[in-house]
Amino acid sequence: MNQSNLLKSTGFIHSTESFGTVDGPGIRFVIFLQGCPMRCKYCHNPDTWQLASEDNLHGSTIKSVEELLEEYDSYKEFMHDGGITVTGGEPLMQIEFVTDLFTECKARGIHTCLDTSGITFNPDNQDVLSKFERLINVTDLILLDIKHIDNERHYELTHQKNNNIIEFANYLKKKNIPVWIRHVVVPGITDNKEYLYKLGQFLGTLDNIKALDVLPYHTLGKTKYTKLGIKYPLGDTPALDKDRAIEARNTIIDGMKNTLRERKNTDRF
Amino acid sequence: MQIVKDEWNGFKEGRWNNGSVNVRNFIQLNYTPYEGNEDFLAEPTTNTKKLWEEVSELFKQEREAGGVLDMDTKIISTITSHDAGYINKDLEQIVGLQTDKPLKRSLQPNGGIRMAINACKENGYEIDPSVVDIFTKYRKTHNQGVFDVYTPEMRLARKSAIITGLPDAYGRGRIIGDYRRVALYGIDYLIEDKKKQLDTALIRMTSKNIRLREELSEQIRALDELAKLGEIYGFDIRRPAANAKEAIQWLYLGYLAAVKEQNGAAMSLGRTSTFIDIYIERDLKNGVITEEQAQEYIDHFVMKLRLVKFARTPEYNALFSGDHTWVTESIGGIGIDGRPLVTKSSFRFLHTLTNLGPAPEPNMTVLWSTKLPKAFKEFCAKTSIKTSSVQYENDDVMRDIHGDDYAIACCVSSMRIGKEMQFFGARANLAKCLLYAINGGVDERLKIQVGPKYRAVEGDYLDYDDVMQKYDDMMEWLAGLYVNTLNVIHYMHDKYCYERIQMALHDRDVKRYFATGIAGLSVVADSLSAIKYAKVKAVRDEDGIVTDYEIEGDYPKYGNNDDRVDEIAVSLVKNFMEKIRKHHTYRDSFPTMSILTITSNVVYGKKTGNTPDGRLMGEPLAPGANPMHRRDTHGAAASLASVAKLPFRYAQDGISNTFSIVPGALGKDDQLFAGELDLDALVDCGNSACNIPNIHESIDNE
Repeated sequence: MNQSNLLKSTGFIHSTESFGTVDGPGIRFVIFLQGCPMRCKYCHNPDTWQLASEDNLHGSTIKSVEELLEEYDSYKEFMHDGGITVTGGEPLMQIEFVTDLFTECKARGIHTCLDTSGITFNPDNQDVLSKFERLINVTDLILLDIKHIDNERHYELTHQKNNNIIEFANYLKKKNIPVWIRHVVVPGITDNKEYLYKLGQFLGTLDNIKALDVLPYHTLGKTKYTKLGIKYPLGDTPALDKDRAIEARNTIIDGMKNTLRERKNTDRF
Repeated sequence: MQIVKDEWNGFKEGRWNNGSVNVRNFIQLNYTPYEGNEDFLAEPTTNTKKLWEEVSELFKQEREAGGVLDMDTKIISTITSHDAGYINKDLEQIVGLQTDKPLKRSLQPNGGIRMAINACKENGYEIDPSVVDIFTKYRKTHNQGVFDVYTPEMRLARKSAIITGLPDAYGRGRIIGDYRRVALYGIDYLIEDKKKQLDTALIRMTSKNIRLREELSEQIRALDELAKLGEIYGFDIRRPAANAKEAIQWLYLGYLAAVKEQNGAAMSLGRTSTFIDIYIERDLKNGVITEEQAQEYIDHFVMKLRLVKFARTPEYNALFSGDHTWVTESIGGIGIDGRPLVTKSSFRFLHTLTNLGPAPEPNMTVLWSTKLPKAFKEFCAKTSIKTSSVQYENDDVMRDIHGDDYAIACCVSSMRIGKEMQFFGARANLAKCLLYAINGGVDERLKIQVGPKYRAVEGDYLDYDDVMQKYDDMMEWLAGLYVNTLNVIHYMHDKYCYERIQMALHDRDVKRYFATGIAGLSVVADSLSAIKYAKVKAVRDEDGIVTDYEIEGDYPKYGNNDDRVDEIAVSLVKNFMEKIRKHHTYRDSFPTMSILTITSNVVYGKKTGNTPDGRLMGEPLAPGANPMHRRDTHGAAASLASVAKLPFRYAQDGISNTFSIVPGALGKDDQLFAGELDLDALVDCGNSACNIPNIHESIDNE
């Protein structure tokens, strides 16, 4: 696609945040895309779930690459060592648009970061694969949110299986794309030594992990559910306290270390 | 001709010691920039901890006593009015109190006797009747002078609070003496210099020249009293300070003299840390003191600054939301030669927030530049995160106007130390002015005619062009009235409540700023935006006064980096400043404007009716140039970007943006977030506790 077409490419934008400091390195311009196929019980952005279309925007706005980058430009002075992060919703639902946006970002030297669950990945579909190929070529960093390491539990938590997510992680390893792993620790769901350790073991098989971001479950999303008239799936599940979160992080790292050591002993990676 | 003194051994000579007074030149020739980190800093000494415990106990007692521990009801405070006072003489490295006891508030009736009586009465004390007698029968006060001259219109504007917070019954403050001069030169040298100034002052006796000569004589007298204050505490400050401890002590006595005579709304300290650092560096180099001692001096100095208090009425405290003194110390910045003015003592000052714990006073203000040393920036960020007690000001903007030896008075007012002063002028309430434009000068709360009886708006819906025209006329009126009211105030303050010691620590021919201010910027910007981009229906009461507004539709709100409304805010600032500039200002002062209410916006909001942006009567106006609460929905950078559009040249006295952010929004928690994972290191570190390097998040508060 030539440049003027890239600039005119549009997406369904839920909102933007001009001073993002937790979604990637530095201070970043964060774009929330509308639409997500997952229904994570702890989701704190249920207002981004509905897929938008020209006929029903579900509260989102149609914005072009050009408009978004103009917006970014007006904050350039604030963006220290940062760049642009696209999150959602699930940004992969609008993969062409994200690819267009990132392509233009790279042309302008802007650091690109994709915050995703990887859910739409499909290793068996050539068409999907070629789309991902184009996307990761213009993506500097991926924040990969692994919801649950256990496949069945993953389904219970998100209404999706995790096969493709795990495949996506392996794919990123093969392509050597830098990844930050995010994992939300929820009391009674993921706050479980066995699962956390297993997650760590899996992460130990990857060589492209640059950071581990353990996110303690919080209940700040509840009010949005009330507003949307949706029943809050986690009911009165309490927020995870910090000490537990630190423990969880250490468990994951233990699992990682173990696998890494085993691999070191068998094959030098 | 170079003057040589023993106390100056080891200092590089220059213009500062050739017979003139030039502290900046001394600093530039002698200071040692520091680009390293905070590792050298010392913990509080045992004495510091003990002394701070005693001070904390006093603060506790003060709180338990309802906010005031003790008040002087008899001795009128002057530079030499009290004997020496101590907290614990054996522990104190830096000494001197406003009265004979810590936290005993001094009696200062020159601003207004009624205020002094009420301040005592409301706190459960009674002023000695003879003092009341003196200041009613024999000696006029600033307050009396002002009210002798006020026009009925000025009184009404004051009553309705369209002009508010006027320093007409209390000290105007905001003047920063160059207290460093006391340490560098000693009093004798300064008196000689002032005598020369008097000798060379014009003798054609116009009222201007008469006033100058009288003031210079007052300044000399004040300097002499300052020397006596030194004697009271056992120091000969007629000579220069000979070491770091003396330098801090001399400097503090200069400041103490000022707060003994003036209970100004803001009594700021200046820019002292890098100056003091020169003495500390010399002593450290000569092996006379250790780092622990250096920190101890500064800790004790800062403790003294925390003890500064004034006798004030509860209404006064309500206006400023607390018992503030605004002892602002300006730290850091970049010199015009490009060297950072950051020294180890810049760190030591900020470190007091750790050694003594966080506190709002002294108001530590970092003059922030993109070019500050990285390690210092990081230290500032860490200190901010830990203590929430650091204020930041944009050095890159202010250096352009004031050079590199300016300081901040109060929260944002910048001036060259010893060379520029300002007449503090409170604020005009632009939100209320808009309501006057709509109602033809009738006050929406008091239901009386305050402004000129212009034609009120007609019809159900507000028309943008019509309202703008009327608003422009009303602002024209307000600007004139405001400036003239201030002219009265400053004339009388100079006459009855002159800041003689602070001005003695200035050059003779100072530049004077005539500081005005505005409140309600974001309310007006949003209101006009609502009128322009949505539909605003005027709701009238039984007297036909518009007292409420119904907004139909949505409108762009200031604080979201949306030019449609941000440009309204910008033009408001320019427009009102231009109107201010049209008027004569007292003593050829240079008019400036601030957008800075940090606390008084709450009180102003109480006195302002419903506004067309949907804000309800009594709700606070946003502080300073802040967007209205919760209307900035695009994140911090968008909010800051809107504020950053306001032109500094039209608001040179400062633009404030009070910015709160939850720590979690500023970056990752180091304990939870493991960044820069080194997989090899993970493998190698065995089963022991593994040290994971964290991604370093630097927070630039620019």
